[in-house]
Amino acid sequence: MSQLATPPVTTGAAKSHLVEARGVDVVYQPRDGQRIWAVRNVDLTLEQGEFVGLVGESGCGKSTLGYALTGMLRPPARLEAGQIRIGGTDIAGLDAEDLRRQRRHGFAIVLQSGMNALNPVRTIEKDFSDILRAHAERGQRPDAASVRAQAGELLERVKLDRDVLGRYPHELSGGMRQRVAIAMALSLAPRMIVFDEPTTALDVIVQAAVIETIKELQREQGFTALLITHDLGVVLDVTDRTMVMYAGRIVEDQPSRALLSGPHHPYTAALLSCYADPTAEVVHLGSVPGTPPDLSERLAGCSFAPRCSRVEELCRRVEPELTPLGPGRAACHVTAAERAAELATKGAA
Amino acid sequence: MPTHEIPPLEVSDLVKVYASRRGRKQLVTAVDHVSFTISPGAAVGLVGASGSGKSTIAKIVTAAERPSSGHVTFGGQKVEALRRRGRRDYHRRVQMVFQDPYAALNPLHTVEYAVMRPAQNFLSMSAHAARDRVHELLDIVGLTPSAQYAPKLPHQLSGGQHQRVVIARALACDPQLLIADEPVSMLDVSLRADILDLLARLRHERGLSLLYITHDLLSARVVTDELIVLNKGQVVETGPTKQVLRHPRHAYTKELLAALPNPFAHAGAASGPT
Repeated sequence: MSQLATPPVTTGAAKSHLVEARGVDVVYQPRDGQRIWAVRNVDLTLEQGEFVGLVGESGCGKSTLGYALTGMLRPPARLEAGQIRIGGTDIAGLDAEDLRRQRRHGFAIVLQSGMNALNPVRTIEKDFSDILRAHAERGQRPDAASVRAQAGELLERVKLDRDVLGRYPHELSGGMRQRVAIAMALSLAPRMIVFDEPTTALDVIVQAAVIETIKELQREQGFTALLITHDLGVVLDVTDRTMVMYAGRIVEDQPSRALLSGPHHPYTAALLSCYADPTAEVVHLGSVPGTPPDLSERLAGCSFAPRCSRVEELCRRVEPELTPLGPGRAACHVTAAERAAELATKGAA
Repeated sequence: MPTHEIPPLEVSDLVKVYASRRGRKQLVTAVDHVSFTISPGAAVGLVGASGSGKSTIAKIVTAAERPSSGHVTFGGQKVEALRRRGRRDYHRRVQMVFQDPYAALNPLHTVEYAVMRPAQNFLSMSAHAARDRVHELLDIVGLTPSAQYAPKLPHQLSGGQHQRVVIARALACDPQLLIADEPVSMLDVSLRADILDLLARLRHERGLSLLYITHDLLSARVVTDELIVLNKGQVVETGPTKQVLRHPRHAYTKELLAALPNPFAHAGAASGPT
């Protein structure tokens, strides 16, 4: 199982980024309903071997973006504009068969409910057999013994016993089922894995163990991981870089360590204030007052302005661009102006 | 509003044994000789990972399950011995807020209907009086203006609003003890503080006792003053919440603390940003 060395399928200009998204818009267009702009003008890059977090409140478009990146959008969702390249291949232009081939070594996704998507009337081994056989090269369909050997090895990698192969999903705990889902995502040695809320349904101790396993696997195998969650605490614990989404846009993108000590966007700062150390002398938990905007309307100005504690007149009129700021990027007029002023004073001194 | 004294809830030497799922003669001891008291107006946290027995204790306290041995007493009466009117009165006085706010409301009933039914059923209020009470309760839980929320159906509400309706419904029959089983674990972190503040405010303003069940030690720190740490059905540590969390003695409490996503512990910062 060392197909990681598979050369990237490169077309066109040489790319150094594993994943590159430009100007991505995703719209939900129900047959007889309002259009919803779930993802708006997202630019992002993911490097080979990077561990990146994507956080935001429910309904901010983070799962939709994860689906877009793995070619999983289904009607009524549609990639309205923009380009997504994985290993140089534009995945929007792929037909079903090419997309299926990409999934062989290109990318995989682990879903929050994936642990509940295991077939209840089949053993875990049968599910592995489906994946390994369906994606086998022509003439190389593995036989039962080889499926068992490969699947057993995958289970051991996610710290499960090989015996789990013979079990049914209902015989496994939630944490074990989620580990099985992760092993399945690993089975084709993808270069990128999107983890969409992989631990939200688990309790803290199991969550910590599953996240630790993901982190270890990512370090050992060198795949690119995108961890989507509403829990900024989890993301800051394990990722190299954190992207914060709000109302369909990325509003901040920074190395996780830098973000923890100096959030650029007021929304990120507000999210951080929702955490505290329970062992501190005094504990104060903050919240983000108000609710996210209705994405069926085109928004004027900054979408966070109505909830922002630092809002200025400009924010209500002009939507801030996501621009380079310090070691990352941020979309905020106020911090951009502050940083510019800081630099000016430094330059003068 | 409560005009009567709130009695303490006493849980003494509670044991619950289930037959194992595998059907062999194995028995699973879900709750293993647990005792504690909730004094009038106190907020007690029951913390532990999945399978620690915390929800089983909630089921026994709400009389949904019968204990294998030991008992729960409220106002000097044994809960498991209550029948008919006694049991009904107990259910009026002890109400529950559930973990999954999306599953706790009937999708076909309006907010008004969901909240007025307990007032009609338990307090024998007329429909007219119950409707007035709904508006008063929606104001209390922060769903204002109440006239805007009362006619809504659950699918028209956000997750945080769902949970506020569930809390309003639990308050409708004027309870003395609120049992909240993971009330914020399915909500966005950004809403956590607001719901916890609401629970704390209700407790102080209405003199409610609170049994708060969670695996999230941070929320337990904010809302409770006493902590009971459960592992595999047994109490492993108890004490004032702040003391237990700042100076945990049992290895399991330390493990729970270490598992909590806590960016500030690693950063070496004393607490959150200001």
